[in-house]
Amino acid sequence: MFATILFFIFAAVLVGAALGVVLARNPVHSALLLVLCFFNSAVIWLLLDAEFLGIVLVLVYVGAVMVLFLFVVMMLDIDTAQFRKDLEGYWPVTVAVAGFVVFAIINVIVVRHLGGAGLKTAPALPAGYSNTRTLGIALFTRYAYPAQLAAVILLVASVAAIILTLRQRTGRKPQDIASQVAVRAKDRVRLVNMASGKKS
Amino acid sequence: MISLTQVLVLSGILFSIAVAGVFLNRKNIIVLLMCIELMLLAVNFNFVAFSRYWGDIGGQIFVFFILTVAAAEAAIGLAILVVLFRERRSINVEDLDTLQG
Repeated sequence: MFATILFFIFAAVLVGAALGVVLARNPVHSALLLVLCFFNSAVIWLLLDAEFLGIVLVLVYVGAVMVLFLFVVMMLDIDTAQFRKDLEGYWPVTVAVAGFVVFAIINVIVVRHLGGAGLKTAPALPAGYSNTRTLGIALFTRYAYPAQLAAVILLVASVAAIILTLRQRTGRKPQDIASQVAVRAKDRVRLVNMASGKKS
Repeated sequence: MISLTQVLVLSGILFSIAVAGVFLNRKNIIVLLMCIELMLLAVNFNFVAFSRYWGDIGGQIFVFFILTVAAAEAAIGLAILVVLFRERRSINVEDLDTLQG
């Protein structure tokens, strides 16, 4: 019962923060409210006994991805004064589409009860159950090959991000170590045989 | 005890808020990327809930991979955004209609 009350409190804050992300005028406020969303989601995942993923959500999303978002938002010089000025024309189609999505989902889940499965309560966890241990065993035995693919995806993403933002400045005068080391005396010193003082 | 229905309805509401955000924000690509992150979060809610209620750890493994791909997507998307801003001096969605012909 206590868990249900906590769930409703955090779900309410989550929905409010998500609305704030969508409706905030300033993108910095949107990013900070999204951080709040991720924290609330992590708490709800803890309530659903997914402890490892809850902590990973805080570490990866709040610690890395949202810092990246904030960094980019503040780095780009965006004119927030004219931001969302001509929004009003999109309200009807927005409400229609979002309302339809909510109606469809709730129809399937609440009215049909997922064919009776929606009322199921969670099975009790066995004594000594460790979410992290179970997840780790599954990840490194059955899903070992996908885990390596995920590592390759992260490597490719970091290489791509670096290559995309790499900028070659013109007018720079960097040292070329290889050519400095490979230089020979005959490249630098030129002996000129001059005719000396001979009258013609 | 939290029932499966409650989590799924929360996830559906979150997803539709994100869809509304994609429709509403025509001025700023960064907010669009944030809405996509919200959609992925809603999908992850479904995976975690079904994983818990069916007692199958596979769903949580899948959330793990979704988090990986979402982090990669955010990194590359923001890198493209920075390059775009450098070229066009704007991230307004309505300005980016070069392919319209």
